[in-house]
Amino acid sequence: MSEAPLLNATAITKTYGSQIGCENISLDIHEGEVLAIVGESGSGKTTLLNCLAQRLPMTAGRVSYRMRDGTTRDLAGLTEAERRFLMRTDWGFVHQNPADGLRIRVSAGANIGERLMAIGDRHYGQIRETAHDWLSRVEIPGVRIDDRPTAFSGGMRQRLQIARNLVTNPRLVFMDEPTGGLDVSVQARLLDLLRGLVDQLALAAIVVTHDLAVARLLSHRMIVMKGGRVIETGLTDRVLDDPRHPYTQLLVASILEV
Amino acid sequence: MYVAVKGGEAAIANAHRLLDDRRRGDRSVPVLTLDQITQQLALAVDRVMAEGSLYDPELAAMAVKQARGDLIEAIFLLRAYRTTLPRFAASKPIDTGAMKIERRISATYKDLPGGQLLGPTFDYTHRLIEPDMADDRPVPEPERRSCDRHESAPRVTDILGADAMIEPDGEGTPEREPADLTRSPRTFPADRDARLQALARGDEGFLLALGYSTQRGYGRTHPFVGEIRIGEVEVEIELPELGFPVAIGRVKVTECQMISQFKGSKSEPPQFTRGYGLVFGQSERKAMSMSLVDRALRAEEFDEERVSPAQDEEFVLAHSDNVQATGFVEHLKLPHYVDFQAELELLRRMRSEQQYEDAHKEAAQ
Amino acid sequence: MNATLPAYNFAYLDEQTKRMIRRAILKAVAIPGYQVPFASREMPMPYGWGTGGVQVTASVIGPDDILKVIDQGSDDTTNAVSIRAFFARVANVAVTTKTVEATVIQTRHRIPETPLSEGQILVYQVPIPEPLRFLEPRETETRIMHALEEYGLMHVKLYEDIAQNGHIATTYAYPVKVEGRYVMDPSPIPKFDNPKMDDCPALQLFGAGREQRIYAIPPHTRIESLDFEDHPFRVQEFDRPCGLCGATDVYLDEIVTDDRGGRLFACSDTDYCEERRERAA
Repeated sequence: MSEAPLLNATAITKTYGSQIGCENISLDIHEGEVLAIVGESGSGKTTLLNCLAQRLPMTAGRVSYRMRDGTTRDLAGLTEAERRFLMRTDWGFVHQNPADGLRIRVSAGANIGERLMAIGDRHYGQIRETAHDWLSRVEIPGVRIDDRPTAFSGGMRQRLQIARNLVTNPRLVFMDEPTGGLDVSVQARLLDLLRGLVDQLALAAIVVTHDLAVARLLSHRMIVMKGGRVIETGLTDRVLDDPRHPYTQLLVASILEV
Repeated sequence: MYVAVKGGEAAIANAHRLLDDRRRGDRSVPVLTLDQITQQLALAVDRVMAEGSLYDPELAAMAVKQARGDLIEAIFLLRAYRTTLPRFAASKPIDTGAMKIERRISATYKDLPGGQLLGPTFDYTHRLIEPDMADDRPVPEPERRSCDRHESAPRVTDILGADAMIEPDGEGTPEREPADLTRSPRTFPADRDARLQALARGDEGFLLALGYSTQRGYGRTHPFVGEIRIGEVEVEIELPELGFPVAIGRVKVTECQMISQFKGSKSEPPQFTRGYGLVFGQSERKAMSMSLVDRALRAEEFDEERVSPAQDEEFVLAHSDNVQATGFVEHLKLPHYVDFQAELELLRRMRSEQQYEDAHKEAAQ
Repeated sequence: MNATLPAYNFAYLDEQTKRMIRRAILKAVAIPGYQVPFASREMPMPYGWGTGGVQVTASVIGPDDILKVIDQGSDDTTNAVSIRAFFARVANVAVTTKTVEATVIQTRHRIPETPLSEGQILVYQVPIPEPLRFLEPRETETRIMHALEEYGLMHVKLYEDIAQNGHIATTYAYPVKVEGRYVMDPSPIPKFDNPKMDDCPALQLFGAGREQRIYAIPPHTRIESLDFEDHPFRVQEFDRPCGLCGATDVYLDEIVTDDRGGRLFACSDTDYCEERRERAA
């Protein structure tokens, strides 16, 4: 890709006291590209995701981002207001547990409309129409628009969380184990939906997962982490079909055994 | 013809006159003297001084009498008086190590310098109502022993501190006066001095419930009662003209030091941590609850997960003051005609719209 | 026993405290709608009963002022009587029930029907100053939300009202935006009174004692009630005139006159109602 990356991370390190969360990690992500971060629990993949998404202060390193106006900014230099604005317009964050990313006590419609209202939309009818549209895009029946997420199944909640994030047409979405905690059949449907949306919207995404099948289905490129470090990186098909690092080979083999 | 309500002024005056009458009760019964209250209801007076934040037994007794024994009302009276008093100085920190001890117990050491002194305690009494209370039977004088003036009773935490087994006492911030919630607005996050002040003034029942909740798993701190001591301490102030501290009086206080869950880190060896409680007068229940809650509120400091009410500074500090709480709860009895009318109007409108819609639906069918 | 009773300063508060409160008021006037923390004193009336309003009034009132105190629009409700008596006692100021005569009006839950004029001060008693409180209980978070003008959540609440009830279900303490910047709680006045705050020639001061906040609307400030373009803010409408004075564009109290469903609707602003009746007589 010739274009400048959408997001660039350089030498990111996060330590917790004497413990290492992740160490000296650099990566680029381009517009429309999906990057999977895989590894077992404790490998530092979620720490890395939270550092990239500015949800966790880094110990060292730097993350820069090409804003909608074309300028590339060091994210550490954003004001709190700019940071929050970025997070609710050009970015999305999908939590593993939908309850963490939803307002569980307000209706599905309000959950989707919140970002729109936060950036100044003041037409109830239009907000509602957009919410309807997004419900159908994530395959939730329109009649559920006034129901609260508490009345939804786990899969529906996760789809609602995705709709709530995508309503402002973000260019980059962070996902933390988006299919974790769901039944296998529900997972398949969600993955299918995600793949469609990412394609349609030309979204860039950084997906943390321990599930190689998720990486295979969604991502173009992947990085494999162990003990807070990147041990292998490459195109997803290449890494999964021809793993080079012994640990990746083990990971891939163990998945095949299952 | 309806006439708008009038006569509020007269009604209030009459209500207050009736209140005076009920407070005095049967005139043939002798009126309570303040001495009777300070002497025989001393723990009520202590509580009013503690939560009223003013050490003045006579005024507290007057407040108890005026409030007809309603202690929160008495605390309120004392507070409203206290707020008008000028401030001359901030005292030096009191030295509880030099306390003239009336009671002192430790749950962590069987015996220790200065000994365990049970003092005047309800502990180990059988809670049987004594028939003697119905009249005025003579009460024998207490046992006395002469004490060696120089016999020291070091604080348990100082004993542990000598071995560095417990975190050191904070140094405080000598360069500035301690926080005063009654003179500057509450801010979050609060410093520990402001937190301790809020707890020392806080409602005994509220702190008791919160302290209890930490024992039942809502923010557990694995506490031991290092020591409880009750007695009198000197209050000293520094006069700039003199250059040395001068004692201005003595106050009775209850101090409780909880020895809690230990912590270590890369730079620090594991040590016990502290929860601190100090209240005016004699009140172990309050001092112990306070020290449990103080320790729970320090969760952030020790990197503990903050998930329980007792660990939530905003929750605890915003709701611990019983004068604030009682005012706001009881203000619900003030007239709310206007707001209620607004709600009633909306409700009626929504119901009539619904009836209209229902009627339409029926007509359409 | 020698507890000497203190002599109280003019208007109860000591001068130092008054200066502290005046500084807070000046700051509040300089940043309309912003909640200024102040070291609220313990007052001789309970928290929640107007201690904030009383402290503000005590700090701005002078010996030449004429004070009016209303609660629910009426001068004769118990709390209004009590507060008026307090100031008559500790400040010895002239008191009135007439809106036009008063220089300082302390109120709970209403704005007088008679339009206010330049030079008057309206002091509101405020129970919960934070308009975001029931959406976000944490002070640390709501302060950030105000600082960053993050008010989307307010509209989520209004959206939810319309979705569930077909209406914005807030009827009193209806949030407003002050001069296009801060979202403010106007205290629990009925939304009927909200338009009176806009471009008002009088100075409006808000005191919350228990919550230790003061805020202000300087004269002629733009006040907008939050709404949606397609669900505009509307005030309550009564389908009948006042049963006593016949006024039509006023807020009415509903008075139960018997146990057979008899109702009388009369002005909640008793001074306004009496004036009209006197003029008619």
